[in-house]
Amino acid sequence: MSVPSLDKEKKWTFNPILTAGSEVKGGDVIGEVQETSAILQKIMIPPSVEGKLISVASKGEYTVEEEIAEVETSKGIIKVPMMQKWPVRVGRPYKQKLDPDIPLVTGQRAQDTFFPVAKGGTSAMPGPFGSGKTVTQQQLAKWADADIIVYVGCGERGNEMTEVLKEFPKLEDPKTGKPLMDRTVLIANTSNMPVAAREACVYTGITIAEYFRDMGYDVALMADSTSRWAEAMREISGRLEEMPGEEGYPAYLASRLAQFYERAGRITTIGTEDKTSSVTVVGAVSPPGGDLSEPVTQNTLRISKVFWALDSSLADKRHFPSIDWLQSYSLYVDSVEDWWKNNTGSDWRDTRDKAMALLQKESELQEIVQLVGPDALPDRERITLETTRMIREDFLQQNAYHEVDTYCAPKKQYEMLKTIISYHENAEAALDRGAASADIITIPVKDDIGRMKYLPESEFDVKVKEIQADIIKQCSEV
Amino acid sequence: MKIDIKTREYTTVSEVSGPLMIVEGVEGVAYNEIVEIETPAGDSRRGQVLEVKGDLAVVQVFEGTSDLNTSTTKVRFTGQTAKLGVAPDMLGRVFNGTGIPIDGGPEIIPDKELDISGNPMNPSAREFPAEFIETGISTIDGMNTLVRGQKLPIFTGSGLPHNELAAQIARQAKVVGEETEFAVVFAAMGITHEEANYFMRDFERTGALERVTVFMNLADDPAIERIITPKMALTTAEYFAFELNMHVLVILTDLTNYCEALREISAARDEVPGRRGYPGYMYTDLATMYERAGRITGKEGSITQMPILVMPQDDITHPIPDLTGYITEGQIVLSRDLNRKGIYPPVDVLPSLSRLMSGGIGEGQTREDHSGVSDQLYSAYAEGRDLRDLMAVVGEEALTERDRKFLNFAEAFEKKFITQSGDEDRSIQETLDLGWELLSLLPEAELKRVRAEHIPKYHPAYK
Repeated sequence: MSVPSLDKEKKWTFNPILTAGSEVKGGDVIGEVQETSAILQKIMIPPSVEGKLISVASKGEYTVEEEIAEVETSKGIIKVPMMQKWPVRVGRPYKQKLDPDIPLVTGQRAQDTFFPVAKGGTSAMPGPFGSGKTVTQQQLAKWADADIIVYVGCGERGNEMTEVLKEFPKLEDPKTGKPLMDRTVLIANTSNMPVAAREACVYTGITIAEYFRDMGYDVALMADSTSRWAEAMREISGRLEEMPGEEGYPAYLASRLAQFYERAGRITTIGTEDKTSSVTVVGAVSPPGGDLSEPVTQNTLRISKVFWALDSSLADKRHFPSIDWLQSYSLYVDSVEDWWKNNTGSDWRDTRDKAMALLQKESELQEIVQLVGPDALPDRERITLETTRMIREDFLQQNAYHEVDTYCAPKKQYEMLKTIISYHENAEAALDRGAASADIITIPVKDDIGRMKYLPESEFDVKVKEIQADIIKQCSEV
Repeated sequence: MKIDIKTREYTTVSEVSGPLMIVEGVEGVAYNEIVEIETPAGDSRRGQVLEVKGDLAVVQVFEGTSDLNTSTTKVRFTGQTAKLGVAPDMLGRVFNGTGIPIDGGPEIIPDKELDISGNPMNPSAREFPAEFIETGISTIDGMNTLVRGQKLPIFTGSGLPHNELAAQIARQAKVVGEETEFAVVFAAMGITHEEANYFMRDFERTGALERVTVFMNLADDPAIERIITPKMALTTAEYFAFELNMHVLVILTDLTNYCEALREISAARDEVPGRRGYPGYMYTDLATMYERAGRITGKEGSITQMPILVMPQDDITHPIPDLTGYITEGQIVLSRDLNRKGIYPPVDVLPSLSRLMSGGIGEGQTREDHSGVSDQLYSAYAEGRDLRDLMAVVGEEALTERDRKFLNFAEAFEKKFITQSGDEDRSIQETLDLGWELLSLLPEAELKRVRAEHIPKYHPAYK
């Protein structure tokens, strides 16, 4: 049985933009089709075609296969339909790669503030089972501020795919108010489907992403999970009786992974007019036994610029997202700094770095506490532990199932972290004045800090000012 | 299993090795085709084609290859993939691992013949599982809720009471407000007679036997037969669920034996092994089995799977539990420490998880405060356990007042919430109220995971 992957009967309303007679090359937009409420498909000249546009179809209804333009090239006249065919294993061409310096805002505090990924960047997310990979991926798919989301379910659970299929149409895009499904392309390849399809589905996903990128859109691709893809490669390689490399994976594993991640990037599109657009890739990795030394994780880390390490002991405590703040890193912090400063506050970087330093300090203090008990710590260190508890519980933890907490705007993230750091500074100042740490730790405003994340954005601005004022007042009174 | 015999008979066996046999000079043989073998002594055995290369066919023999020789063994290719004849009166019957009745009852007159490998369900044809199953066990209902259509394995170790727990779940599982009871399909793979008898006795004792179908491959049955036992069971379950509109609970035990059999075949075929000698395709193989749980849009019935898996050396990172955990929608983990303390059921909630929980709980299903209570119990118990380790080093005096409260909480949680008797059937209301009672041991300001408006409504201090 064979089913066409695109509906070839359905008619779409085509709106021409270019007129006959103009010179065109690959990537030029000849017309538009409103595919869903959120996606305006731009009908492009295929990458390899260049010449004079002889005719363009008038506004009307066409199927994807009907010809809508004719181009006279050096090799003769080429008829252009709306549909393009492209071999999935070959990257689509672009003019130039640019540096990624705009963050992909995901509304997830741990990622955005501490380990940001830039538009056009790559990120790897390894974690053992049960560490919340899929929920984290789905959160990104829901809230990332990309124009198009391509979600590749590669060798994962059928019911999870169903969940996305049922849930996304009901959710609203915070930017446009349209259903999230309208901007989402879903590639559902569940674990019980054939292995050869699993090996190909990641390429299908990235090709679709590049196609939308060429129209000038910012695209984010989530691949869940790249380990299943690598295992499919291993299985096929085994059947071909190729000489195995590490852990039975084929020797070309590293180069295939690198080729895939390199198809991400912020670029200038081909065509007469320069359009800037991007493909961001977030790959989940499922290391066997949570062991990060295995080949797929290690080869992925060599290429990707952001590392979100999901930790099962955090997940066991229901600390979600279970991103381990000590192990994770992002190489985009410097490049997205300007964006954050312009959009939140000039001390964004200082606040973030202070919080990071405190978390680092906490892990050292925890070792001492393990030896001597918390009572033996000096006052200043106790305040530090109290602040880091707030950073962990009130900032890093984010409830994907809470209607307000599921998405946190950049401004709110910045104010929340600033409030916690302000508590720390005021508490230290109070200590210097001779207050006892036990009194500072029990000031009532702490409860308000803890409930800050549940404040809807409409009330947040006013309330956070009150909380910040309360901190100063209550710390000065102890 | 009924097989149509065609006349393609060969005596060209060129090699017998382990569970495999290589037949030469064959024509038109298809992958996965069922093979009838006549041994030199005249007995009949069955096998399945694993590989076809030119005129060579590799055949896996279910009942083992002992006594087979290369000169007089006769092989007939049936031209059919393995099929199982199914009928409504399979309920209440006992079959061996290849689907032949062993309870002394009459042959099954098939209503339909179904391919035992099943078909992958299209995700868009699935119905998202969201109906709460009350098992009457607090650690499951309250903190790792099971829903209809889920696959939730029990990860356990040898010597732990997993059989008791599975039997208790099979006995008590119900959907609140519905009369219909679950049909149970029970597949035993390589378990001992004693274990099998335990289940059979329990089914008889509680009168459940008439809604149970049993497939039995015991420890002394051929290991290779285990490869098809779960497929038989799931085919039967699919028939019950999607043709007869029943809600089916499938218990598969023990998956570790199944994977060992898989490894045996892989080794005999000289394949490149993955981790610890298990074949690289084990993930795919397990997935095709586990993914047969679920619900289909427009169909009344459902398949809920509860595989039992004994972790070698209690090691959750061993390839079998590891790959399983990546496919199933969560896991219930039993703990040797809790068992040693005499706690039944010894469910260690921290590594346990139900991924489909959020859809099956809350207002309209269980109670509005369910997710808050569950999260709060999790984080408080995790903190209590951490403090217990700390106390072992620094002593109780070095802990703060707040920390001591968490320690007490963890203790009470194990004694009251986790512990229940083998026939105690707690309703979800009781479980949640018990949760609140325990949470009241903690300072109210620490209850950050529950919604503020639920505290005056459910906290015992306000009653």
